[in-house]
Amino acid sequence: MNLDHMYQEVILDHYKHPEHKGLSAQKDVQVHHINPSCGDEITLNLSVSDGLVKEVSWDGIGCSISMASASMMSGLLTGKKSSEASLILEAFMELMQSKGTLQGDENLLEDAVAFAGVSKFPARIKCALLGWMAYKDAAFQIQGK
Amino acid sequence: MTLDTVRIRKDFPIFERTVRDGKKLIYLDSGATSQKPNVVIDAEMNFYRFHNAAVHRGAHQLAEEATDAYEGSRKLVADFIGAQNDEIVFTKSATESLNLLAYAMGNSDPGARFALLPGDEIVVSEMEHHANLIPWQQLCKRTGAVLKWFSIDSEGRLDLSSIDSIISKRTKVVAITHQSNVLGTINPLENIVARAHEVGAYVVLDACQSIPHMSINVVNLGVDFLAFSAHKALGPTGVGVLWGRAELLEDLPPFLYGGSMIETVTMTDSTWAPAPKKFEAGVPNMAQAVGLGAAVTYLSSIGLNEIHKHELSLTSYLINGLQNIPAVRIFGPATQIMRGGTVSFAVDEIHPHDLGQYLDSQGIAVRTGHHCAWPLNKKLGVAATTRASVYLYNDQSDLDALLEGVLGAQKYFSRFS
Repeated sequence: MNLDHMYQEVILDHYKHPEHKGLSAQKDVQVHHINPSCGDEITLNLSVSDGLVKEVSWDGIGCSISMASASMMSGLLTGKKSSEASLILEAFMELMQSKGTLQGDENLLEDAVAFAGVSKFPARIKCALLGWMAYKDAAFQIQGK
Repeated sequence: MTLDTVRIRKDFPIFERTVRDGKKLIYLDSGATSQKPNVVIDAEMNFYRFHNAAVHRGAHQLAEEATDAYEGSRKLVADFIGAQNDEIVFTKSATESLNLLAYAMGNSDPGARFALLPGDEIVVSEMEHHANLIPWQQLCKRTGAVLKWFSIDSEGRLDLSSIDSIISKRTKVVAITHQSNVLGTINPLENIVARAHEVGAYVVLDACQSIPHMSINVVNLGVDFLAFSAHKALGPTGVGVLWGRAELLEDLPPFLYGGSMIETVTMTDSTWAPAPKKFEAGVPNMAQAVGLGAAVTYLSSIGLNEIHKHELSLTSYLINGLQNIPAVRIFGPATQIMRGGTVSFAVDEIHPHDLGQYLDSQGIAVRTGHHCAWPLNKKLGVAATTRASVYLYNDQSDLDALLEGVLGAQKYFSRFS
């Protein structure tokens, strides 16, 4: 199993230079998620208006996979319609559950298709999903408001 | 090298396989679970193949043989730690052993020997595994007792400077680990046991990380209860041990009720069998207990003192090697004194999961994460660490591979900045 399938250049690049990191004052809801098996943590602020994801910002500590994934997720979802963001979230989750059998839809996921390789490593799927699950939770909470 | 690891490794069939596309298996995760020698695998298998029957019941030959094997194993374990047979309680894990104790104490009638009152105190330490923290923390919540703890110093040793105030006249239980599963620190028990007994408190020792690696005699240690698991000591999963001094087990109420643990039963009341049966409700994990017997026999045939010496020499070698790599930080004692073969460390800014993943690609198995000791990690100021732990089947070449792996990871993850 080739390690480079997991540690794609674009992933390590996001890890070293994360986007939307640092919690924005603009928020409708804040969630805090942890991965109890490893101790990785993320806090995510989400603001939504008129059916648009206005901003996703986050802060956290964790491995390259969890942090890079949170970075890509926040860049990808900020500015999208909430309905589009849901589709992207679903596509990413499907990709991560694919055990390496899917390439990922580049039109929807853009750079996040780089995580296709991570889906071959069962122990790391939760890492890649940490930020996305935080977004899902935040979006769900806003719907309920 | 004090042990013939080439010969020892032949006893462990797992070392015949390779990992990650043909790489030699470098197993440095025995602190999580040890590998199993053929004698243990065979003992468990042969119980099922030739002797399987429910122990302590049935009037047939198989029931007799199964009971002999199960009780024979109890004697082997008792001899292994210097205990009496009836002081050995088989559980499903060390975690269950510690929970059994906490729940049994919580089941005590008001005023009984082990009953806790609001304001009574239980003492633990900051370096406890969750299994020796949460049962006591929750027992405090149920009873109104107060949880206190020893903190650790910068070298990863217990800070005993305030022992006389931390262990007070209100202390009922002192639950402490013998050896830290993160830092490798071996705790000095003499002062703790003396102070605890001075105030009438019971000492509960979590020996999961020490029993597999050093010669232990419960009488000499002076503790009151001791818990360990088989699977870290070459034995099967699914079986643990609770040892308690006979007169204490006699007064301790049961935790699980059911078959095998009773003396008499009516529709309205029951009385209990004497220990250890009182604590072994239901048909026990017989094959696993028999496997544990084979494991302690194997360990004794190699010699616990030899194993400990071997591991200390490996640990020194590993610590020296890690110290020679720039940007590596070791958590826990950097000397050989009062420490075992568990070394936790951090490398630069490489997250332990990424380091572990790289090492895995080289065939090296280490543990990464918080090691079920979240409060300790918080104290160390890290979310996670990488942990290498050695056992009797490891040799210097395993550690050379690890050190080379750390250098390789530094190179691999510095590609981008």
